[in-house]
Amino acid sequence: MSAREVRVCSGTACRSAGALEVHVRLAAAVDAAGLPDEVALTETGCMGPCARGPVVHVLPDDVLYTEVRPEDAEEIVREHLVEDRVVGRLLWAEGLEAPSQIPFYKHQRKNVLANSGAIDPDRIDAYEAGGGYGALRRALTEMTPEGIVEAVTESGLRGRGGAGFPTGRKWRFTLDAPGRPKYVVCNADEGDPGAFMDRAILEGDPHAVIEGMAIAARAIGAERGYVYVRAEYPLAISRLRTALAQARDRGWLGTDVLGTGFDFDVELRIGAGAFVCGEETALLASIEGRRGAPRPRPPFPAQSGLYGRPTLINNVETFANVRTILRDGPEAYASVGTASSKGTKVFALAGQIRNTGLVEVPIGTTLRELVFDIGGGVPEGRELKAIQIGGPSGGCLPADLLDVPIDYESLTEHGAIMGSGGVIVLDDTACMVSVARFFLEFTASESCGKCVPCRIGIPTMRDILVRITEGEGEPEDLDRLQELAELVKSSALCGLGQTAPNPVLSTLRYFEDEYRAHIEDRICPSGVCEALAPPYRIDPEACRACDACAKVCPTGAAHGTPGEPPYEIDEELCIRCGACYKACPFGAVTRGARS
Amino acid sequence: MSTSSAAKRIEAYAGRPEELIQALQAVQEEVGYVSEETEERVADTLGIPIGRVHGVVTFYHLFRTRPAGRHTIRLCLGTACHVLGADRILAAIEEELGISVGGTTDDGLFSLDVVRCLGTCSLAPVMMIDDDVYGRLTPARVVEVLDAYAGEEAAG
Repeated sequence: MSAREVRVCSGTACRSAGALEVHVRLAAAVDAAGLPDEVALTETGCMGPCARGPVVHVLPDDVLYTEVRPEDAEEIVREHLVEDRVVGRLLWAEGLEAPSQIPFYKHQRKNVLANSGAIDPDRIDAYEAGGGYGALRRALTEMTPEGIVEAVTESGLRGRGGAGFPTGRKWRFTLDAPGRPKYVVCNADEGDPGAFMDRAILEGDPHAVIEGMAIAARAIGAERGYVYVRAEYPLAISRLRTALAQARDRGWLGTDVLGTGFDFDVELRIGAGAFVCGEETALLASIEGRRGAPRPRPPFPAQSGLYGRPTLINNVETFANVRTILRDGPEAYASVGTASSKGTKVFALAGQIRNTGLVEVPIGTTLRELVFDIGGGVPEGRELKAIQIGGPSGGCLPADLLDVPIDYESLTEHGAIMGSGGVIVLDDTACMVSVARFFLEFTASESCGKCVPCRIGIPTMRDILVRITEGEGEPEDLDRLQELAELVKSSALCGLGQTAPNPVLSTLRYFEDEYRAHIEDRICPSGVCEALAPPYRIDPEACRACDACAKVCPTGAAHGTPGEPPYEIDEELCIRCGACYKACPFGAVTRGARS
Repeated sequence: MSTSSAAKRIEAYAGRPEELIQALQAVQEEVGYVSEETEERVADTLGIPIGRVHGVVTFYHLFRTRPAGRHTIRLCLGTACHVLGADRILAAIEEELGISVGGTTDDGLFSLDVVRCLGTCSLAPVMMIDDDVYGRLTPARVVEVLDAYAGEEAAG
């Protein structure tokens, strides 16, 4: 048994920041210091603070190092592991050593992510040592299928893919549905831009997902399962492959598991890049080798799913919750969360926020806690404008709704949705009309084209938004958008179309003044829309009269005398090309609303 | 050589129309794209109409119908990348390589694709070249990365 363990985060973000090289250098330094027997090095899944990677965690000392460069490895080994002195300059902040002291971690509650960042996801031994596959053993040896479904129902778990359908009821429908064989399908086609929760779970703790699927298979009586994972996640795919092979080797998958007569195996299906395949009926069509077009429900997949057979389809995070319900009991699970939304939820924080990364909080946590206490707020000198939650199906909530608790009902009431858990923070440099346009361009291009409201309605809304952002909006456009959005929402065939208007509806609801500024004043207040950008200005305090702006200005709008600040920009001559903005070495050229 | 290896990969899916997507993925992995001849061969081998094969190839973004470069750039245009300036990164790549989205450089070194989200939003703006992720891109940094690939190629 090693005296110390050094964990190196090897999630996608830390890898791309050089974590593998850090690991190699740490290993070499540990060897060189003659410590290979005293120090165990572990490559783990995501630890969360992706913005601060690569991250290294030393135990049992419980010291977290951030932004570790390969050349820091020798110092960590020499100072910390040999001399027992913490390397202060690599800490999160002065005096903050343990994750439990760091605000980013202090407000979290890790349940689904407990193993991610703690164990080597490529070693089934590590998973089993922490009680892994114990829940499956219980399900097979101590519980009836009825009992499992009851436990999941009592826990109050709701689908983590977005809509929040009660998981226990879905399992019940599939258990009760006549017909064989039955299938269990894991939706790992995490397509919402801004979402990376499922990627991190698959990369950090793939066995938890497999165990959840096997328990589900026992509950509903399925013999075959599929994980449909998107091709954009090569690391998640390779970790799943490894985990599946190990689970078969150990007898957790295959025939007659634990001698109980339970037969179950799981196959991987790799997506081919179609957002609509996150919709469950489209996903099933894709597994069958067809175009991913959704079909009307009912019949629901529980009655008629894959190959027309009863099929249970849940998302990655939902399956990853299952083993903890059986392990701790449904009451313990239901003790976390709100009256109607139980347990924890994983969120991906990104956009204009300090601590981008992966976090897990009890459902019912407020947006303020999520964005400020954990996320550290927006970058220095900027102001929070909106929180985009739920991806292309979700909405933009303004800063004055920060105290809304994050649960299924509250978010829906305010025009957003829980969605899969992607949270994009927007500061005052964002243009909300252009954000709405971005999402509608996305959904217009991802519409499968099967139903008219989605195929025609979304591009029509997109065209109006394009017009507004190009300075050709008309006063009637706001009513047109509202009417179209409500029409598409109420008449599209599947979830993609029904929720696609949400970014338009929520920005109209909370940021109507920005739409009006574009249409009536012909100004994009944040300067994002080129055609409506306010003129550039020079901050007289910051200007050093270096003449850089005047040199590049094609119209002579930027002018002044070298060495005699400040320079000025003639608003009439300025064509908003931005050359001065890029050329200024002092950041003195700014762009913003007219004062 | 590549044609026969592709044929071999397709053969593994003979008579299994439900595995059409895997068959096409296997071919693309082998030769980089799905040609019209490949579509015909897949249709024959799996026993389905060519219309169904073509329908699937054109439905899913990741299938290419023209030869790919030796390295495939996938630039993310997701929400986080969008608000952090992915359009400037795209412009820098297009200018550096002299190709637009969907194109391949004359020397066959790079193909340029854009994707909806790579799920590495914490690194935005971000791109992948083959299976490697490059994050926190700036127009200058993206040119450095491309140069490194080109240099490696020249060094052979």
